[in-house]
Amino acid sequence: MDSIDLRLLVQLGVIGLTFFMLINASALLVLAERKFMGFMQQRYGPYLVGPHGVLQPLADILKLLFKEELRPKGADKWLFTLAPILSVTAAFAAFATVPWGAETTLFGLLDEPIKLGVADVNVGVLVVFAITSMGVYGIVLAGWSSNSKYSLMGGLRASAQMISYELSYATALAAVIMLAGSLSLREVVDAQQGTWLGFLSRWYLFVQPVGFIIYIIAGVAETNRAPFDFPEAEQELVAGYNTEYSSVRFALFPQAEYINMVTMSGVATSLYLGGWHGLLPFYTPLDPLIEANGLGWLVFLAKVGGILFTYIWVRWTVPRYRYDQLMQFGWKWLFPASVINLIVTAALMLYVLNA
Amino acid sequence: MPETLVFYVLSGLAILASALVIGQRNPMYSVMLLIASFGALAGLYIQLDAPFVAVAQIIIYAGAIMVLFLFVVMLLNAPQEDAADWDRTHPLRQPGIARFGALLGLLLVVQLGWALMRASELDVPVAGRVDAETIGSVRQVGRVLFTDYMFAFEATSILILVAMVGAVVLARRETDQ
Amino acid sequence: MDGWPGVVIMIALGVGFAAVMIGLSVLLGPKNPTPEKLAPYECGMPAVGDARERHSVKFYLVAMIFLLFDIEIAFLYPWAVALRDLGWPGFVQVVTFFLILAVGYVYVWRKGVLDWGPVARATRAAARREAA
Repeated sequence: MDSIDLRLLVQLGVIGLTFFMLINASALLVLAERKFMGFMQQRYGPYLVGPHGVLQPLADILKLLFKEELRPKGADKWLFTLAPILSVTAAFAAFATVPWGAETTLFGLLDEPIKLGVADVNVGVLVVFAITSMGVYGIVLAGWSSNSKYSLMGGLRASAQMISYELSYATALAAVIMLAGSLSLREVVDAQQGTWLGFLSRWYLFVQPVGFIIYIIAGVAETNRAPFDFPEAEQELVAGYNTEYSSVRFALFPQAEYINMVTMSGVATSLYLGGWHGLLPFYTPLDPLIEANGLGWLVFLAKVGGILFTYIWVRWTVPRYRYDQLMQFGWKWLFPASVINLIVTAALMLYVLNA
Repeated sequence: MPETLVFYVLSGLAILASALVIGQRNPMYSVMLLIASFGALAGLYIQLDAPFVAVAQIIIYAGAIMVLFLFVVMLLNAPQEDAADWDRTHPLRQPGIARFGALLGLLLVVQLGWALMRASELDVPVAGRVDAETIGSVRQVGRVLFTDYMFAFEATSILILVAMVGAVVLARRETDQ
Repeated sequence: MDGWPGVVIMIALGVGFAAVMIGLSVLLGPKNPTPEKLAPYECGMPAVGDARERHSVKFYLVAMIFLLFDIEIAFLYPWAVALRDLGWPGFVQVVTFFLILAVGYVYVWRKGVLDWGPVARATRAAARREAA
């Protein structure tokens, strides 16, 4: 009886920790984005609050807490508040099925190993997909309920963009699912353990390079980030769907965006970069050491961090596209490419299996 | 016991949300409540050990069809259902249409009854069957869908094709003018 | 049921977090609205008309096409998981399915549903010239 209670407690602790780390991740990413942007533009970025400005996000959220909540005349009272709640909830929940570490007994504390991650569901990939698609409503509702022309345009654009790119990334993911033969993210990660030919890490990146590129591009569009940040293109739409928002209700939208970035990177790491297996693309003597000591979650974090840095890097390097270019690129290039990638992968896989 | 409690909470939520969908005057609220109802339904599917159906319910119904509904509501720009329109002249109040609706409802009841009569293994709960492990798994769904129900699957593609052409034809008529 | 309570807990935590944050800001923030503050933002000018105007039928069309391809993807996942067992017959079935859908895709493309902005205007103008 005692060990069951302890197990449940540890499980709840893991969920709580994941939640807490997601909140921290969104704060850290705001700081990281501003710092990297500063360095790329040859200035310091935030510098005043705390050493080198590391406490800036804390100051920001405290300031926003003490700001006035404004709701424009003619806005829908309930939907206006529901929209940010929906956005942020979908962002948190989408991370629920992403595993972030191998099974561990916590240095012998537990009799049976526990899985590091909120929930291990046998249709994990589809759950991420389903919950992400719920995030669209937060943005559409924000745009519609504000009763402002900029908000409405931003919300419409965002939803059309998100649904268009959802097709591409879902098709790209299907190819990996086919190779692994499982929809559980944990099983897909464990299928990538070991090496090919003795030196190349067994990442699906090497068999699905096109799929990986499609996924990353669609991921940028899904999270509404530059160069695809049309829902909030400031030259055209002021701030897009969150034009009329102020105070904490405003802050929740960027927070949802940053958490979605973390989820996107987490899924990319699990499906293409081997999750917690294999620190580098090739075999290093460190790999068995990491596996033996249960430090896989550090590897996972490092890879997620790398992808997140790429997101930020791209944002401050590439100029914004035009909206019509974005929609045409998604429908006429990315989607057909992902379908062809899937069919070619299927044919190759069957050929290799039957040979 | 907790399983039964979860079942009652979820089905209560689904029924309440569906009832409110009809009761609402604001179509935007109706759309949101319908999404909530679909969410509760997905929870029920998970309880039935059919996670794939649950997730497909969210992805297709709550994620795609409701986005379409939302766009239609926004396209028609009908913030409130006008009470004055809801009189004898409303098209849905015509006796012919009302009778047709009643007939459809009756047909649904007959269909449901027929389906329930035909289902042979209803008295055995899924968890108690020999093949309980695989019955709801996605792999099993795929295996059955692409062997036994091959024709239905291919027919779906024709249906989708027709729907695509229909949508374009209906929408283009308006833009060409 | 394995693992699903975790998803539910995560959703509950998300709703709770958002509600507490909004509640805190309502408690802590000042409240002195003026008509100017409450007007929807329109670049400093007084707002004209209602924002909820009719918008392009384009968005409806994109949602419709998305819905149809989304159904295709829902079929794709069980196929992808079971492909090992299905072998080449399963492959042929899905390729047939894709080919039929490709007819629709080409039709939609040729009708200009996938064109936006200047390109769409140019194709419409060309179609009008052809008709005249």
